[in-house]
Amino acid sequence: MKPFGKVARGLAIAGATAGLMMTSAVQAADTIKVGVLHSLSGTMAISETTLKDTVLMMVDDLNKKGGLLGKKVEAVVVDPASNWPLFAEKARELITAKKVDVVFGCWTSVSRKSVLPVFEELNSMLFYPVQYEGEESSRNVFYTGAAPNQQAIPAVEYLMSEDGGSAKRWVLLGTDYVYPRTTNKILRAFLKSKSVKEEDIMENYTPFGHSDWQTIVAEVKKFAGAGKKTAVVSTINGDANVPFYKELANQGIKAEDIPVVAFSVGEEELAGLDTKPLVGHLAAWNYFMSVETSENEAFIKKWHAFIKDEKRVTNDPMEAHYIGFNMWVQAVKQAGTTDVDAVRQAMYGQKVKNLTGGISVMNTNHHLSKPVLIGEVQEDGQFDTVWSTDGLVVGDAWSDYIPESAKLTADWTYPWVCGNCVKPNHMTN
Amino acid sequence: MSSHRGFILPYLTSAPLGGRILLGVLALLAVLVPFLNLAFPPESALHVPTYVVALVGKYLCFALLAISVDLIWGYCGILSLGHGAFFSLGGYAMGMYLMRQIGDRGVYKDPILPDFMVFLNWKELPWYWYGFDSFPFAMLMVLLAPGLLALVFGFFAFRSRVTGVYLSIITQAMTFALLLAFFRNDMGFGGNNGLTDFKDILGFNLQSDATRIGLFVASALALAGGYLLSLFIVKSKLGRVLVAIRDAESRARFLGYRVEHYKLFVFTVSAMMAGVAGALYVPQVGIINPSEFSPANSIEIVVWVALGGRGTLHGAALGAVLVNFAKTYLTGAAPEFWLYFLGALFILVTILLPKGIAGLLGNAPDSWTAFSKIGARLSSLFPGRAP
Amino acid sequence: MRAALRIIALVIAAALASTAAAQTDDATLTKLVADLGQKSFSKKSKAIDALFATGDPRVAAILEAMLSRNLYKQKSDNAILVKTKKDGKSVYQNPLTKTAIETTSKLKKVRINNKLRKKLRGAIGSLSLQNKDPVKRIAAADAVFKSRTKGMLAPLEAALSSEPDDAVRDRMRRALSAIQLVHKSDPEVRVAAVKTLGEFADPEVRGLLNSLLVKRGDGSHAEANVTIRAAAEEVLTAAERSAAFWGTVQNLFQGISLGSVLLLAAIGLAITFGVMGVINMAHGEMVMLGAYTTFVVQDIIRTTAPGLFDLSLFIAIPAAFLVAGAVGVAIERGVIRFLYGRPLETLLATWGISLVLQQFVRSVFGPTNREVGTPSWMQGAIQTAEGLTLTYNRIAIIVFSLMVMGVLLLVLRRTWFGLQMRAVTQNRPMASAMGIRTGWVDAMTFGLGSGIAGIAGVALSQIDNVSPNLGQSYIIDSFLVVVFGGVGNLWGTLVGALSLGVVNKFLEPYAGAVLGKIFVLVVVILFIQKRPRGLFALKGRAVES
Repeated sequence: MKPFGKVARGLAIAGATAGLMMTSAVQAADTIKVGVLHSLSGTMAISETTLKDTVLMMVDDLNKKGGLLGKKVEAVVVDPASNWPLFAEKARELITAKKVDVVFGCWTSVSRKSVLPVFEELNSMLFYPVQYEGEESSRNVFYTGAAPNQQAIPAVEYLMSEDGGSAKRWVLLGTDYVYPRTTNKILRAFLKSKSVKEEDIMENYTPFGHSDWQTIVAEVKKFAGAGKKTAVVSTINGDANVPFYKELANQGIKAEDIPVVAFSVGEEELAGLDTKPLVGHLAAWNYFMSVETSENEAFIKKWHAFIKDEKRVTNDPMEAHYIGFNMWVQAVKQAGTTDVDAVRQAMYGQKVKNLTGGISVMNTNHHLSKPVLIGEVQEDGQFDTVWSTDGLVVGDAWSDYIPESAKLTADWTYPWVCGNCVKPNHMTN
Repeated sequence: MSSHRGFILPYLTSAPLGGRILLGVLALLAVLVPFLNLAFPPESALHVPTYVVALVGKYLCFALLAISVDLIWGYCGILSLGHGAFFSLGGYAMGMYLMRQIGDRGVYKDPILPDFMVFLNWKELPWYWYGFDSFPFAMLMVLLAPGLLALVFGFFAFRSRVTGVYLSIITQAMTFALLLAFFRNDMGFGGNNGLTDFKDILGFNLQSDATRIGLFVASALALAGGYLLSLFIVKSKLGRVLVAIRDAESRARFLGYRVEHYKLFVFTVSAMMAGVAGALYVPQVGIINPSEFSPANSIEIVVWVALGGRGTLHGAALGAVLVNFAKTYLTGAAPEFWLYFLGALFILVTILLPKGIAGLLGNAPDSWTAFSKIGARLSSLFPGRAP
Repeated sequence: MRAALRIIALVIAAALASTAAAQTDDATLTKLVADLGQKSFSKKSKAIDALFATGDPRVAAILEAMLSRNLYKQKSDNAILVKTKKDGKSVYQNPLTKTAIETTSKLKKVRINNKLRKKLRGAIGSLSLQNKDPVKRIAAADAVFKSRTKGMLAPLEAALSSEPDDAVRDRMRRALSAIQLVHKSDPEVRVAAVKTLGEFADPEVRGLLNSLLVKRGDGSHAEANVTIRAAAEEVLTAAERSAAFWGTVQNLFQGISLGSVLLLAAIGLAITFGVMGVINMAHGEMVMLGAYTTFVVQDIIRTTAPGLFDLSLFIAIPAAFLVAGAVGVAIERGVIRFLYGRPLETLLATWGISLVLQQFVRSVFGPTNREVGTPSWMQGAIQTAEGLTLTYNRIAIIVFSLMVMGVLLLVLRRTWFGLQMRAVTQNRPMASAMGIRTGWVDAMTFGLGSGIAGIAGVALSQIDNVSPNLGQSYIIDSFLVVVFGGVGNLWGTLVGALSLGVVNKFLEPYAGAVLGKIFVLVVVILFIQKRPRGLFALKGRAVES
């Protein structure tokens, strides 16, 4: 009898556990729920926590203005803990158990790749706010960060120009993952089209979190000693940047001699650095905190009030969430519902004032039109814009510089209705 | 396997109480969950959402992994801080099969090459990808890849009599080296993004509920099988030699036992079990990438085992499920504070429950005695003097 | 003699300057200054040239203001103003008259880019070639070398003729030759310039000479004259010969420096894990606490006593030792003392502690990186003509790690506490029987190991991120070093760390960063097969258990 009692208790525990999991699934939908899928612990917490706060701020703001469709908007925050399979699990939890209407989240490419099948299977909607390698267009994802043609190519063009110092020799430094690999592949093709020779390009990859840059910086110096103006294009990711820039500064590489243009270094990354020795190194983004527009001023003010810290900076992915969130709100209002299919249709052509003085548009390939800015690092940890595009650049899902992808088209409206096709799915006669 | 049944069945009945509960729960889950998931409509209160199915399926894989670690750590004293490597290798073998099943449904529509290879300008499939389009071959590799690595690694390590923390740290170095290797895009395993966007397994759509249930039941069966196999090993004469090695390795050697052979055998078996766990894990979570090789993951496995109760097998399974359930629940319920809860759980269990949670169910005549033991331990902790 | 020459030269220069000044009236100058406010960088560049060409003594201050981004354009009339600080408040001045101006119009900062920055530095340099401070004169000459604008030839020649200091003369000759090589047409002068540059042959000079040899897209040479190319090639081949040797020296330095970082990270663990046998997964978090202590110390110094900033690290070292040490003692008393005799379970408990500490720091300091500044004495590098770069921060870390090691050895070998500690770890019951308070010694030992980890954090904050993840990135390497060197042996940790660092750095140039690291791991695994107890194995029966 006794052992049986224990078995029963064990079963009861198991039952209670399962029950606990199910209760969260049964909830009434009297609010509009916005899922926030950003890592709050682990290696990516450094970057992603800020984005979680940005979404919370936007939600807060929206509620103060009376909510959406007459309902209160509720942010549901989970922590995928920089663990890629956990991203998929948490995405599923947000969509099925928490019944969110839209999700804002992810930073790394691998986290996006991990959740992608989940969003497609459950037909939900993800806003992805970070610059990325392109080569993707999902019906369920809106990419509000920059595609390579909105960041990398303009930056290299600038460095090649008279103003940028007419660089002739190129070092492509990156962390060994898909974003740097693709960006560099595109850049290599681009440089060749500008008749840069093979021996004038050096490519180097390092692991995530690489912290000893002595050898590589010394190699760059050596490479630059060959008599041609040399520039470094850095796709080094997050954590590894601080030791990299510290080593650059200590080895005395000045931006006037060898400028480094980075695509993953923004105000947030510079906040952990003494930028005095780094003045003049460059970054290419679609937004800088230093841009002087009334929208940006208001945004920064709101951010400081929300986070209760005057020293916190704003950055490009935050602007991407700002644009994405506002677009989603407009689209929901237009559609009159949060139904994913209806909102998606309303998203196309949706216009939102961005923070740099232009109006960003959502295109039918799920990428934004944004301006491209190139800035130089200043002593105060901000960027001074030294170059910007005249108008907006349309984000390109498939790069023209990769032969396999040049022929692909992403267009989610009739007659294409496809993210990677060579011809429309619905032929019109 | 059938020839072994005669040996295994007796162990079913002689399994310790915790083990019987484990098997009972597994049997119940394997029947009830599919039934509740498929028979009831989503609106019903009795419906088990597919999301829960995939989640519990994942826990079961982790439980199998934990048992594999307990087999060598709890019964043979080999503390592997690199077992995640075997798990991941099994996962990658399965992942490669699933990648090949995608065929021309990838974004670039290449009939042979996976997307990431097209993308990196690879013109043909590397030789080590051959054969993975066949399910039996892939399953063979699920066992062989971790098994061979364990065999070779263990052969050298045990022959050189590397023991204790030295062994732990070189297993950690092994998984770290593999992490870095798989992370390289040039290796041809998809780099940091790993393998993902799987479509189907054996022709069944991976996103359908039925396939999920199938994988779930397979995981439950694999866990039960892994448990029974481990039980069989530890209850056999071999198992007693293992315990002897754990408790006094030199003495066992002087008694004439070829210590390294025993160790190598159980290490390899354990690695293969970990590989199976990995293979079942990948289709259920939908991604395998190098972060699974990270030493922190391997340490976590050991933590599950220690928390559940080392040297009990069922305790390891319990620890794995418990910690992972806590993670799932807390990362949603307390996203900003969950690490405090988890950390505190680990600390308290170590201090208060030297035998892990399974110690509560274990050999104590009545569990309430176990609780009173905690009380006694608590009061002994604060006598006001150093022990 | 030199002094007399110098005086004469000064008089000439002053006379030159005054006549030049007389040639530019305020109206022209104001117009030229206003041109600095144009939007296009190439127009700004031309404006700088024009302004520089006037030779007006007021130009240097304006260019300096432009370089430090203190030049503003008044939107109403496009006039240029200089921003200065007076009593902590921003005041705008007329750039020429220096009179303060109350402005109501919107002001726009005059932006510069890298190209202009280089030009400005050169121009300001050539205007300060006559500075009293020889250090500034060297900096000026080097700035002129970098920008090598034609207009700087005359002031440079004038300065050189009166320069009394040999070291400064050398730098000026180097700059002069560079300008001659680039802007003169007489082949003999240019060949002589190449020869002069050959005396220096530092990386910058080599870069300049290399640029002569560059082949253009159409196959023609950048430098048409064969003799000059030959002269440049001669200089370069001579430099090339010594480059291989110095490359090895550089590699060795980098290896030792990486090794010393590993040593610092591992040395605390060598005590908590090596000596005490605690599988201390929270070791990395002690390092992190040390780094955050440095941040807090610097933050306090920044707000209360900015003058002490260069000493901040010396204040941070004891502070970090105390903070991490105290946390260490608390961990030992609170958790680990219950686990002696169950060493493997310390892994579980310290893993939990590490999670809690990480999250704690994240809650208190936020998840983002914190800025830890580098004191001025640790910035920059010793750069030799052969291309050897020894950065000061790395040198400091090497010296520091060896000092920590030395002090620790002294404590263990020469102090009463060290004796007790060794007694307790070697034979606890016996030590206890001899009247040693083992509990106290345990706590202090763990505190010592943690405190040293904290000190390591101070050093690591100088080269790495100060973030909650800091500890995680060093824990694996630390264990590897301790085990490779031999658990329980501090010398082993020292030799292990340095050799792993050097091997890694010699492999990296050939194999790349990732493969290099993999090779190192494989080497360690194979090495342990050869010596299953690490580099310096403890002997005796005790090690078996």
